[in-house]
Amino acid sequence: MDIGATKKQILNEDGIQRAIARIAHEIVEQNAGVADLVLVGIHRRGVPLAGRILAAVAEIEGVRVPMGVLDITYYRDDLSTISGNVLPVIRETAVRFPIDDKIVVLVDDVLYTGRTIRAALDALMDIGRPKKIQLAALVDRGHRELPIQADFVGRVLPTSCRETVSVCLREIDNRDEVVLSIET
Amino acid sequence: MDVNTESWQHKDLLGIAQLSPWDIARIFETAVSMKEILNRPIKKLPTLRGKSVAMLFYEASTRTRVSFETAVKTLGADVGSFSVSTSSVNKGESLLDTAKTLDAMKFDLIVIRHTSSGASEFLAQNLRAGVINAGDGQHEHPTQALLDAFTLCEKFGVLGTKHLQEPAYPDRLLTGRKIVIVGDILHSRVARSNALCLQRLGAQVTFVGPPTLLPPEMACWNVGISHDLDAGLDGADAVMALRLQLERQKSGLFPSVREYAELYGLTLDRLRRSGREPLLLHPGPMNRGVEVDSELADSLYSVIEEQVTNGLAVRMALIYLMSAPL
Repeated sequence: MDIGATKKQILNEDGIQRAIARIAHEIVEQNAGVADLVLVGIHRRGVPLAGRILAAVAEIEGVRVPMGVLDITYYRDDLSTISGNVLPVIRETAVRFPIDDKIVVLVDDVLYTGRTIRAALDALMDIGRPKKIQLAALVDRGHRELPIQADFVGRVLPTSCRETVSVCLREIDNRDEVVLSIET
Repeated sequence: MDVNTESWQHKDLLGIAQLSPWDIARIFETAVSMKEILNRPIKKLPTLRGKSVAMLFYEASTRTRVSFETAVKTLGADVGSFSVSTSSVNKGESLLDTAKTLDAMKFDLIVIRHTSSGASEFLAQNLRAGVINAGDGQHEHPTQALLDAFTLCEKFGVLGTKHLQEPAYPDRLLTGRKIVIVGDILHSRVARSNALCLQRLGAQVTFVGPPTLLPPEMACWNVGISHDLDAGLDGADAVMALRLQLERQKSGLFPSVREYAELYGLTLDRLRRSGREPLLLHPGPMNRGVEVDSELADSLYSVIEEQVTNGLAVRMALIYLMSAPL
């Protein structure tokens, strides 16, 4: 390996698409169909990912399940410790269907400490009372700080804390790839 | 800087005068997401847990005060409420001493309403806590103007996360819109703040009222002026009626309430005749049959109730922006 290299591609466009297709199949299999199934994407890159999973599920089952989007900023546990007067941009939260007694599949790009998911769970609970909440993540990079795990994972990627996992999706970044980089 | 973050620069909110169009758009953008929360079955966020906001009201108010308190509670912060009638102010304590006491109690924000123009600025200069002006004398009432402008932007369909994510041009949100403000402009902090706010977003503002109730220094306001309501309403996209303080009549500023209602009272008929079916706003509390005809207040032209809901969302947005990063 090149000694100067600090970046490594983990998934390319095809890899991402295959991972999404597999996640879609697993969701359908584990839930024995799509009855009561809804998808909720977490901003930002969980949103296009949820859209792609939705399309893949539709291809398998012929049904487009409801999809919502969630901004978890108001539920973060580190808002008061963000330094300076810098605040995250608040994006749209739109779950325009009842989630009571539904199976909600939360979708995010990278599962890391688990804190984002904890916030998302709290946000969902304020919107309704789902029958079950499952978690789909494109990459699980480990280093959990909370007892949270994913039900559907595209790629399990052992990392060190000094590394950064960047998911690029064409809807936001104009290209599809997952890159592991080391901060130098 | 991370593209996902932006800064909020203001420790205090004393008036619209200090806000840029970008600041106003930022508040609106945040308020849109707050409004979604108000429509949930569980209207409570953990966002500002551990923060506290004090209400210091030297003037009667129900809607502004309850709106601020509800906004604070919905965001998960705690509220301390003080009204002059039941506090040490009665024992002769000065404004600064009262406020410094609240500061020492570690409130993060202090919301103040006072009869003297400049009271909030005076506190802001002397306190560690952030200060929000909830109305100071005849100076400004910025949150009212923000909720009014937010209501207009929402009704005109120029808001929405998508719109603001690709930052358009906040100074053009209301470009081409004619907004008429009718009534006692002279004594109105609502009119002052609104004129500033609407103009910052590109709207054309016209004041309508009897000469005795218009401020003499209006030349520097860059607003249209009319003493004839029907002429002023011509082509308006929205009209805002101000509350007529009935005691002004006693000081001789207009001959009679009946004559005022005849000349400057808004009616369904007048709005229909004006050409563009303007929206009706009123900051409340309303004198039905004086500045606004009862039939009109309850008609489809009226967005008065939405103003109240939006007031909550806008105040939540502001409190969030001002206290989250402290």
